[in-house]
Amino acid sequence: MILHTVNKSPFERNALVSCLGHAQAGSSVLMIEDGVYGAIAGSQVADVVNNSLATVKIYALEPDLAARGIAKEKLISGVQLIDYAGFVDLAADNTTVQAWL
Amino acid sequence: MSEGTIKKFLYLNRKAPYGTIYALESLEVVLIGAAFDQDVSLAFVDDGVFQLTKNQNTKGIEMKGFSLVYNALGDYGITKLYVEKESLEERGLTLDDLQDVVYEDENDDYAEKKSILLVSRAEMGQMMETQNVVLSF
Amino acid sequence: MKFSIQINEGPYQHQASDTAYLFTKAALEKGHEIFRVFFYHDGVNNGTRLTVPPQDDRNVIKRWSELSKQYNLDLVLCIAAAQRRGLLDENEAKRQGKDAHNIAEGFRISGLGQLIEAGIKADRLMVFGD
Repeated sequence: MILHTVNKSPFERNALVSCLGHAQAGSSVLMIEDGVYGAIAGSQVADVVNNSLATVKIYALEPDLAARGIAKEKLISGVQLIDYAGFVDLAADNTTVQAWL
Repeated sequence: MSEGTIKKFLYLNRKAPYGTIYALESLEVVLIGAAFDQDVSLAFVDDGVFQLTKNQNTKGIEMKGFSLVYNALGDYGITKLYVEKESLEERGLTLDDLQDVVYEDENDDYAEKKSILLVSRAEMGQMMETQNVVLSF
Repeated sequence: MKFSIQINEGPYQHQASDTAYLFTKAALEKGHEIFRVFFYHDGVNNGTRLTVPPQDDRNVIKRWSELSKQYNLDLVLCIAAAQRRGLLDENEAKRQGKDAHNIAEGFRISGLGQLIEAGIKADRLMVFGD
């Protein structure tokens, strides 16, 4: 399955929403860089993310959250945090990587 | 992998032309890539659908227009241009607003066929899962 | 696993080159192979040897050069994108009649075919951009 990466804020670009609209059941979505803002609970896009969690695995790059001062407690439950080593593993464990820029 | 490997290459186009260089420079990759005999598809999603509009006249903005290049893709063996229906509708466009991109099928007496494949978002997502290498710009 | 990396944006302006670097480093530390790092669009600006960034922050270009040296990486700047943006190696400068060349250590300039090959030969192609 695909590992989708989203690097822009969902409040600036439609990349996250578009990605989640295309991601197939069993695929993975990793939020990186400004994309990690998509993991914040209670935001305008949180419902879309929550609904996707039913079929898609969603991750956020922890160093990017820390850099941006977003505490773990603020995040949507179900979003898994990983580091760069985990990012490498995700890329290796899935069959293709698709960037939503 | 050995010589002669054929992978499914997807060029993912999600950005409008001229406001940024991504549409033009991604097309340059497509043209060079054609020589490598891979199984190539282009996807036009979100603002990417704007790349295919008819009648692009760039004289006033003093930039080289490149919309005619899409029609040349058939000569390079690139015949699968997936255009997303929902992306068009969200932008107030229909297939009629787009160029008619065609190719000549050398396996069918050079019959002229349409390169644009209008697909739903669901179909686009399924097609994406069949690809081996995705280039995003 | 063999990875190829595509970087679409220049140093400092976007986080793309940073994320790509940290991913590449993590992959190498895990014992994976990096087939090629290909710089496209403004990404070619990662290959200039003329930057003088502030000393109290990371040196984006220098650390690519150093990683390249440490692991014998193939860092390639796309020639078409480089010509547009004024990145020239010695040969190109001579060919084009320019009075300077400006490629940083560890980088080389080559054609887009190198990107396609990078996609064919690697197991995974990672794209970092805007």
